[in-house]
Amino acid sequence: MNSLKRRTLFCLLSGAALSAVSFGFANAQDRTSVKIGYAVSKSGANATGAGITTIPNYKLWVKEVNDAGGLTLPDGKRLPVEVVEYDDRSSAEDAVRFTERLASQDKVDFILPPWGTGFNLAVAPLYERFGYPQLAVTGVTDKAPEFAARWKKSFWMLGGGHDYANALADVLKAAREAGQINDKVAVISVADGFGIDLIKAARPALKEAGFTLAYDKTYPVGTSDFAALVNEAAASGADSFIAFSYPPDSFAVTKQAQTARFNPKVLYVGVGGAFPIFPKVSDGKQEGVISIGGVDGSSDRIEDYFKRHEAFIGAKPDSWASAITYASLEMLAQSVQRVGLDKAAVANELSTGSFDTVIGPVKLEDNQLRQLWWAGQWQGDRFVAIAPADRSGAAKPVIPKPQW
Amino acid sequence: MFLSTLIFGLMLGGTYALIALGLSLQYGIARIMNLAYGEVLIAAAFIAFVLFSSYGLSPLWSLFIIVPLGYGLSFVIYRVMMRPLVRRSGGSGHLEVDSILATFGLLFVIQGIMLVAFGGNYHSYSYLAEGIDIFGTTVALNRLLSFGLSVAIGGGLYLALTHSRWGLNLRAVALAPKSAPLVGIDVNRVASIGFALGGALAVAGGVMISMYQAFSASYGVVFTMKALVVVIMGGVGNLLGALVAGLLLGLVETFVLVYVDPGLTLAATYLLFLVVLLWRPEGIFARRGK
Amino acid sequence: MIPLLIGLAAAALLALSPFFFDAYGVGVIIGLLGYATLASAWAMFSGPTRYISLATVAFFGVGAYTVAVLSEVLPWPLVLLCAALVGAALALVVGLSTLRVAGIYFVIFSFGLAELIRQLITWYEVNVTGTLGRYIFLPLEPQHVLWQLLALAVITLLLAILIDRSKLGLALKAIGDDEVVAAHAGINLARTKLTLFVLSATLITLVGAIQAPRWVYIEPAIVFNPQVSFLTVIMALLGGATRRWGPILGAVPLFLLFEWLGANFPNHFSIILGALFILIVFVLPDGVLAALEKLRKKEKAA
Repeated sequence: MNSLKRRTLFCLLSGAALSAVSFGFANAQDRTSVKIGYAVSKSGANATGAGITTIPNYKLWVKEVNDAGGLTLPDGKRLPVEVVEYDDRSSAEDAVRFTERLASQDKVDFILPPWGTGFNLAVAPLYERFGYPQLAVTGVTDKAPEFAARWKKSFWMLGGGHDYANALADVLKAAREAGQINDKVAVISVADGFGIDLIKAARPALKEAGFTLAYDKTYPVGTSDFAALVNEAAASGADSFIAFSYPPDSFAVTKQAQTARFNPKVLYVGVGGAFPIFPKVSDGKQEGVISIGGVDGSSDRIEDYFKRHEAFIGAKPDSWASAITYASLEMLAQSVQRVGLDKAAVANELSTGSFDTVIGPVKLEDNQLRQLWWAGQWQGDRFVAIAPADRSGAAKPVIPKPQW
Repeated sequence: MFLSTLIFGLMLGGTYALIALGLSLQYGIARIMNLAYGEVLIAAAFIAFVLFSSYGLSPLWSLFIIVPLGYGLSFVIYRVMMRPLVRRSGGSGHLEVDSILATFGLLFVIQGIMLVAFGGNYHSYSYLAEGIDIFGTTVALNRLLSFGLSVAIGGGLYLALTHSRWGLNLRAVALAPKSAPLVGIDVNRVASIGFALGGALAVAGGVMISMYQAFSASYGVVFTMKALVVVIMGGVGNLLGALVAGLLLGLVETFVLVYVDPGLTLAATYLLFLVVLLWRPEGIFARRGK
Repeated sequence: MIPLLIGLAAAALLALSPFFFDAYGVGVIIGLLGYATLASAWAMFSGPTRYISLATVAFFGVGAYTVAVLSEVLPWPLVLLCAALVGAALALVVGLSTLRVAGIYFVIFSFGLAELIRQLITWYEVNVTGTLGRYIFLPLEPQHVLWQLLALAVITLLLAILIDRSKLGLALKAIGDDEVVAAHAGINLARTKLTLFVLSATLITLVGAIQAPRWVYIEPAIVFNPQVSFLTVIMALLGGATRRWGPILGAVPLFLLFEWLGANFPNHFSIILGALFILIVFVLPDGVLAALEKLRKKEKAA
């Protein structure tokens, strides 16, 4: 028994030592290409979000860059992009560890960030430690100014719950003043990070805009049946029904409203409303549904981007963060073209430079993107931006929503 | 308000019962606690989705294709994977633990295959989503069908099990697997049939649910957990118990939503489950038989 | 004695590792130590009693969440102590209620426990405190996490050895063999199981607490990741849940294998994980060590 234990231990230790040593070997850097790495959620709970917004745009961008010959450097030379990709399996620890691997083992030139606010926060200290610029596109947080100040090379590009809630309040206020809706609002919100941010900001914003919350309830993540909730909201007498929801709740709420023949004058769903699958979910009756995000309906660049995305990926992009993700990559490419591959120089260029992207001209303010579309509406088969209403490219909202 | 809550609760309960019936069979007759149950359900949902989106085949017709497929596949899984475990355990409690672990692994295999085939995104389609008026409350037709199907299957199977020779064999194996061979029952065959039947029910449930709920490759665990809760509450192997427990669960969830707080619905479900587990682990409706 | 010395030598080497390895290497070692501790703590209870607990992440998450709540309020050592106490209290409540039911029901309940706790924490945060996500901005570097985990791993192993040799360990073995006989022999079943469960759960809670600063942003969805439960069980079972060194023997190679798989076959991780699980259940039901022992017995007999 004893010798078995001894032998086993010895095997264990030498095995561990050997494998550990082999992990310690560093890779020599390769200058016939630009190495770009990313660790995103290909499986697990976050895969639904990453699979629509992040992964397709990363792949699309790499393909287009390489089709053109590669990334252009300041001296005019082009270097192809070599990709190192990992699946973080929707685990924060794995996301952190794979980012450590990208930085210290694979020694990539740039790391493209993971999907979601939580994961972007988890890896932010790492990016800072290794000097990588972090284009945190899918990080929605009201604390973005704080984070931008804390991690000097992080760029927060999707705003925070406050922005979206306030914009919605503005849209509703304008509609009420135009006599299209009454002053009652029914709201349901998902009991999760973004849903809570939205409802906490929406309550004071709506009150200030002169609305009363006739129905205000929070539901847990994982709720699948909205029959009772929609029924109550319909009975509240409110002309506007707001759901600060996630997919699949956004889909379920829409379907339920259709089934119950509930036709609020304004129907607002949360994340998922801008997804390409929404028209299918709503059985082709998406006209008039308002949701988060939006794209410039009059922009040719956007239309072209949608076509290219659909041609390569096989599906349209979402109309919220997809285009911004792609734009962030365009910013990266343009920065590299101007200042080369030095991380600090690129970070500085991202922070101070002006860029030409699919979402129009972009210049960051305090390392944040503030020129965003906060609300959009399905008009025809496109999800066009309607807020901020005074920005060029905004479409006029169609209120009331046509009956199902 | 009470009536509409009642009706909504029953509809939700119908979905839950439909999900749970198959697992009740699999555990009751074949003694396999199948943690991969939800994955089979989702796989069926995917197939229904593909058939509907690409070929326009109505899910109700796809049932005729997918359910026999589910039956056959489950039969094979039992014979290939579970039988060696049954033999090895010799009828002791080891089988239950072993089956949990083995189906655990199966869960990951099936989920992995779906991830590779369909990716991690949500899929959804709309079918028979029109509202039907029931006593003044509007209910989705597809949910009403699920409710109807669960009652029909639950009731029908119950009748079959209590009034037919075949059902008698199944019940004998469920109650006393060691003594069943003494009266000439081929336990292996009966258990295989029980497991396969459970799989067929899972598949049917998946097809029905795909009509009104968005799903993704990672969603299976949610259904397995719901099914487990219902099965335990209703009494393991007790089909009528599973039906009633499922309906009860739907009612509890909906009433808590309307009269207490929507935020506590799922916590209430688990709390109820815990209470039943501690107070009557054999199930609320357990008696000396089915 | 000698295995213990080798173990201590290994611990010393690991303590020095941050000075030799790059950030990724340190990350891998953190992962290794974390899972080795989780697997050993899990096997402390689930091994001898054969109550398969699928609730590892419930306690892991509670530990992480406690740190998230208290990180700015108390000094670090006190935070860890609080986390341990919370984990122990939770284990006490869960154990008192469920250890009296049959094993299969315990397994099923543990499957849903993490979800239940997640729902409760979410509801509390949304309705009572008003914030859901919490931030940990502690100046803890990866090597600090590594050293703490190393200390915890050593403590866990020593505890396992101590228990194994004590009366408690004998009682556990008796329970695992046959509960009825053990009860008749005068062993207080409930108290024995409860003690072990609380001990095991507290250690698991501490693993979560120590690792939490690495993730900066803590939210129920993030800390209650079911993958932790699954990996813990498979690692402990592979090595052998009833052997002292078994869980570590399972955790180290499996973790490295998964790391390698994740890096090279990112799209097929799930399938391979599942296939391995099934393989272990069929071929090595009692773990690698037990299978090796059987082989040795056959060799000796032949």
